[in-house]
Amino acid sequence: MEQAEPEASPRLGLYIDRTMQAAAPGTIGDTVFEVEDLNVYYGDFRAVQDATLTVYKHEITAMIGPSGCGKTTVLRCFNRMNDLIPIARVEGRLDFQNVPIYHPRVDPVEVRRRIGMVFQKPNPFPKSIYDNIAFGPRVCGMAKKKSELDGIVERSLNRAALWDEVKDRLKDSALGLSGGQQQRLCIARAIAVDPDVLLMDEPCSALDPIATARIEDLMQEIKNDYTIVIVTHNMQQAARISNRTAFFTAQLDSTTDQRCGLLVEYDRTETIFSNPSDERTENYVTGRFG
Amino acid sequence: MSDTRVDPAKGFSVESLTANPRQARKERLIRDSLGATALVSVLISGLIIWSLFSEAWTFMVEVDWGSVWDIGWFPRRGIYDIKTLIVASLIVTGIAMIVAGPLGLGAAIYLSEYARPGVRRTLKPILEILAGIPSVVLGFFALEWIAPNVVKTLFGGPAAGSLLAAGIGVGVLVVPLVASISEDAMKAVPMSLREASSGLGARKITTTIRVVLPAAVSGLMAAFIVAVSRALGETMVVFMAGGAAQTAVYTHDPLDGSLPLTAGMTSLARGTDSVVGEGLTFQSLFFVGLMLFVVTFALNVAADRFVHRVREQY
Repeated sequence: MEQAEPEASPRLGLYIDRTMQAAAPGTIGDTVFEVEDLNVYYGDFRAVQDATLTVYKHEITAMIGPSGCGKTTVLRCFNRMNDLIPIARVEGRLDFQNVPIYHPRVDPVEVRRRIGMVFQKPNPFPKSIYDNIAFGPRVCGMAKKKSELDGIVERSLNRAALWDEVKDRLKDSALGLSGGQQQRLCIARAIAVDPDVLLMDEPCSALDPIATARIEDLMQEIKNDYTIVIVTHNMQQAARISNRTAFFTAQLDSTTDQRCGLLVEYDRTETIFSNPSDERTENYVTGRFG
Repeated sequence: MSDTRVDPAKGFSVESLTANPRQARKERLIRDSLGATALVSVLISGLIIWSLFSEAWTFMVEVDWGSVWDIGWFPRRGIYDIKTLIVASLIVTGIAMIVAGPLGLGAAIYLSEYARPGVRRTLKPILEILAGIPSVVLGFFALEWIAPNVVKTLFGGPAAGSLLAAGIGVGVLVVPLVASISEDAMKAVPMSLREASSGLGARKITTTIRVVLPAAVSGLMAAFIVAVSRALGETMVVFMAGGAAQTAVYTHDPLDGSLPLTAGMTSLARGTDSVVGEGLTFQSLFFVGLMLFVVTFALNVAADRFVHRVREQY
């Protein structure tokens, strides 16, 4: 696996100050998400406490940490997916390209059209491969003609490195594909609506190492067009593919006696893995904890 | 226990591990008696079919087939116009499904996709209570409320019984059935599919129509078929509110009264002082029953197929 060298990125190489503090205001490069003091509650239970971080354009940002540390919850705030859970409540600032997406006049549907999501378990619709990819463009009214839709389907599948494997059976059920193919189909489906950001929630956890490697290659290829935020349990994966890494942990809240997710440290990936400033991060990445 | 069964001469052998004969006998007894109970229900089913067939066969052999296609259903005068009953049944079932289909599916969509958990916890039991109302009560409701208030005022029909009143009554009766099975089918659609759809920028109604309903379609078909079968077999409501007691002239006007298959059987079976009537009156009861049995059996088999398909999916 090719190591992701952040310096190799021509877009960022000139600007990035390697000693830059985590979550510094987006003065360098373009910021996609600016998160400040984000708190997420499920009913009375606080799942995430005061998370502050900035996601930069055309980077892969990884979120790592033990189970129950709130990383998936934070990810699902980025496209207001938590709105689907009636008892979830979000406080704090979360700007997407300088627009506060939790503003009362913001429609979560519009947010999700710009911020795509790939889930932990491949979840193709029980429809044909073609209809899976065409679903988003159809729903969003992106294609007027059949030929346009065909083009989008082919481009998306190509982008997700799946076209050659499925081009002769586009009308077959997507459920007949292997797990790795299904996940690439889900990536193709997400990029078919041409989002700015791809959120990936442990996209490889249900896949074998070969399928995982293909997805990781794919992420490297498409990050020039999209901004990727990935939640992963796999620290090697975060180290391999990401430019920045956020380390979350679960900490006991003394007032409520409940475990609550906490963003411990956010920095460039090589800093997190070679020279973290927080002891908890070091313990985790060196395998002494979690 | 094992100590006592180790033969000192042979040591540890197969005998040491054979089952205790008393235990084995008990196991066999339990298995056989459970098998017997299962067998009884099969036997009863067989008995029902046989009694239905044998009398119906007598009817089919001896009847003058001209009287089976005549002006109406007058079994005690030897006029067995079966189409009167079948058409009445179809009209009632059709009306019932026109009522129950949209109402049941709408309720199911609301409960499964839109209702907040608290609302759902309240509404679902109410719906299930509705399913437990005895059909005789609903028959009364159809005759005393639906007929004058709906059939008369909205459709200009009679304030007394009619096929329309019976059909609406049966429709109300099967709404909970349609709603309950449809809701189960929709709830069985994995949350991940809804998330995938929302994540692509689909609105809730789009997700419901384009993802949830297609994924649940087998279950929805099953709900519909079970409801049709239930509506065809429903007796009390159509007997009370159908607008005909013992005999009926052929009609296909829903505002008229007529006898669906079940009501025709009921009126024959409950009897009058002239119950014997024409020679084959008694046997015609079984012939009608056979018709009903064949139709509902076919529908139930079809529904079962669909339910199996829904299990295989996702």
